Amino acid sequence: MTKSSFSNIQSEYLALIDHNKCVRCKRCIQNCGWGTYSFGGDKILADHSKCVACGRCYTYCPEGAISIVKNPTVLRENANWKEGLIKNIWKQSETGGIVISGMGTTFKYKKYFDHILLDACQVTNPSIDPLREPMELRTYLGKKPSRLDVGIDDNGEPVLKSKMPPQIELQTPFVFGAMSYGSISLNAQKAMALAARALGIVMNTGEGGLHDDLVPFGKNIIVQVASGRFGVHRDYLNSGVAVEIKIGQGAKPGIGGHLPGEKIGADISKTRMIPVGTDAISPAPHHDIYSIEDLRQLIYAVKEATDYEKPVSVKVAAVHNIAAIVSGIVRAGADIVYIDGYTGGTGAAPNIIKDHVGIPIELALAQVDERLRDEGIRNEASIIAAGSIRSSADAVKAIALGADAVAIGTAALVVMGCHVCGKCNTGNCSWGITTQRPELVRRLDPEVYGERLYNLISAWSHEIQEVLGAMGVNSIESLRGSRERLRGVELTDAELKALGIKHAGL
Amino acid sequence: MLKIKNKFNAERDISGCGLCGIINTKKIKTNGSDIKKCISVEHDRGNGLGGGFAVYGNYPDYAELYAFHIMYDNLSAKSDVEEYIKNNFIIEKEEPIPTFKTSKIYDHPYLHRYFIKPKSDRPDKLFRELGDDDFVVNSVMLINQNYDGAYVFSSGKNMGAFKGVGYPEDIADFYKLEEIEGYMWTAHNRFPTNTPGWWGGAHPFTLLDWSIVHNGEISSYGINKRYLEMYKYNLALKTDTEAITYILDLLIRRHKLPISLALTVLASPFYQKIDKMDSEKKELLTALRQIYGSALLNGPFAIVFGHSNGMVAMNDRIKLRPLVAATMGCFTYVASEEAAIRAVCPSPDMIWSPKAGEPVIVEFEEKNIHQKGGLLGL
Repeated sequence: MTKSSFSNIQSEYLALIDHNKCVRCKRCIQNCGWGTYSFGGDKILADHSKCVACGRCYTYCPEGAISIVKNPTVLRENANWKEGLIKNIWKQSETGGIVISGMGTTFKYKKYFDHILLDACQVTNPSIDPLREPMELRTYLGKKPSRLDVGIDDNGEPVLKSKMPPQIELQTPFVFGAMSYGSISLNAQKAMALAARALGIVMNTGEGGLHDDLVPFGKNIIVQVASGRFGVHRDYLNSGVAVEIKIGQGAKPGIGGHLPGEKIGADISKTRMIPVGTDAISPAPHHDIYSIEDLRQLIYAVKEATDYEKPVSVKVAAVHNIAAIVSGIVRAGADIVYIDGYTGGTGAAPNIIKDHVGIPIELALAQVDERLRDEGIRNEASIIAAGSIRSSADAVKAIALGADAVAIGTAALVVMGCHVCGKCNTGNCSWGITTQRPELVRRLDPEVYGERLYNLISAWSHEIQEVLGAMGVNSIESLRGSRERLRGVELTDAELKALGIKHAGL
Repeated sequence: MLKIKNKFNAERDISGCGLCGIINTKKIKTNGSDIKKCISVEHDRGNGLGGGFAVYGNYPDYAELYAFHIMYDNLSAKSDVEEYIKNNFIIEKEEPIPTFKTSKIYDHPYLHRYFIKPKSDRPDKLFRELGDDDFVVNSVMLINQNYDGAYVFSSGKNMGAFKGVGYPEDIADFYKLEEIEGYMWTAHNRFPTNTPGWWGGAHPFTLLDWSIVHNGEISSYGINKRYLEMYKYNLALKTDTEAITYILDLLIRRHKLPISLALTVLASPFYQKIDKMDSEKKELLTALRQIYGSALLNGPFAIVFGHSNGMVAMNDRIKLRPLVAATMGCFTYVASEEAAIRAVCPSPDMIWSPKAGEPVIVEFEEKNIHQKGGLLGL
């Protein structure tokens, strides 16, 4: 078969340079991780086909001379044969490969958070002013006994008879979602670690092990054990406040992580405990977990290894039968269940999975919370909800649907400059986030972005306090699972039922 | 038709209110005229859609039996419920609750009382071993949920609730409380805002020996309800008061928490305060909040909670509703308004406004009034 010399796939974006403004400083050439720009002797040239609209060049152009526009050349419009479908066929016919991309799905599915409205107090109960009254956001993650075991001491004072199981204390109900060293840069992890420590919350190592530089942040770190077991050893398990067993991820339920060998340099090799240059491919399942009773064994193996001093979290993707699955996980001994909805992010995943597998976190969460209450075991484990929490409003709604806390991943990367271009898998991230190229990584200053992450979570926490005050409660635990404070709009009866909320007006 | 159950299309029954309570710690009995006078001063805190009283010590002759007060919409409901009672309980005595026509209460359900105890060989014993109290709770819930036109509004021993739709002073006349004697009284004047009056919705709300009168709207009702449902409580009335009663039942009777700790669950101290306590107390109260966070009553309330050993009055954690307490000899008075206390006790030994979240706990036998500060050293 003869090789065709041309490609059907045209540039998605055009990088346009205003040569009257351009002073030829070449910052764009330096900043672009994709090699879009080059110097043509007297002016900057742009190879549009390389542009991904990551926004780095125009952000750093001192003259404001760059604009990135969508390629105006049209494909004939066809509502059935959409542009993306046609382009995928071209791509796959040219390469024979699976189409892979980063971040969450770009499909326009219904976002249930956007169809849920919150309540506020009027007259019959007063709202509370968060500027003048305490407004508590502190959250504890971990197994809670169903009842307090108290005795009375010699002075007639009540005393605790048995110790509480280990808990993670969060000053505000946010955690940073799992993003491994490898999928993101060490500097990106450091920014989150700094922010987590300042905020009194936790970050999650993801499946890539724990770099030595992060060991001092142990009190603000959850370490993860995934099917590849990268970087897992005894000290690793004991270096954080909790251990998370990763079964699945919202963006790619049913498959494991994949870090190409080109990204495995000396440092990652050491942290992940694998040879330099080898592909780090996590098996789709854990090969020691083929059933729920196997999961129980791993949970207790981890508990044994950590002296029962750390809660064990199990992370799963939201799939069709999620309520029964989580019930099983709780009964298997998990102290925390992390549920990741289908719009969650990823460093790399096949589009077929990312765009078509899983269910929305809102529905999964509502069903799980209801199921655990029906079974009388909701206290046995805390729930973390994730899968594109985009704002404090999403967080509030998730908590009212039943989550103990929410995890943010993509939002944290957006803080660091991410424009959600979805090319994380290529390792060329101009912002220094999802890349291991040293010249790109070093532009991400952990202290600068640690502070911005701190700002974001602080701002969102203040917004949650505003909402709590408007609802007339002064503690987050009075919102948690309080679906009575939620109403749906533009939702069908089936959707309302799945969410366990009433339509607005009722 | 009269409404004894909440059949309104409202998820929740919301009301503002007035309340008061009188307790004699030496168990010296008084008739109902003082409590009536007290609550009538708070006339404007209600709107004529609900008033009621609880009295303790009024059935000394049947002190060992559960006194069921049941309201019926119709006689067929009565025969259905009585069949259930006959199958499961030994009935020592039954009679209509004495009522007296006044010009103010025109319509009322049929009101009947039963002095009963669960049979030792009742049918459900075939399937499980429930204690008598648990069985009574289940029976009350069963009747209230499954028997149309019937509603159990009192089920304790040597105590009773008397309530209905009307102003409390008229309800007092309707039941002729001057002729009833007891050593502890609570009263309630109701101002419902989203449901017309219904007999079952008047306070006090009772379960076994617990009786609650309550002023406020619990902003955390949604999660309080779901929490209780996990422990198989059925919140048929959709009222805050019902939720409070069940929470206390769960904490005190089923989880065996000391009353002071149970009250700490309802209005827990803020973490900023807990963090400054010594390590043992900090650990205890942190655990309490971790475990019972969903039972925290958030939002405005003042409650007077009666039980067989005494009375508790308390406010929410930031005092969003009025509550005044006073002592005079072996009497303790609590009320929404100082004027209500002064109406029956013009110059008390001591009168004060209890602090937010700090309960006034009064127990029988000895004069024993604590602020929570004394108990937990907060």
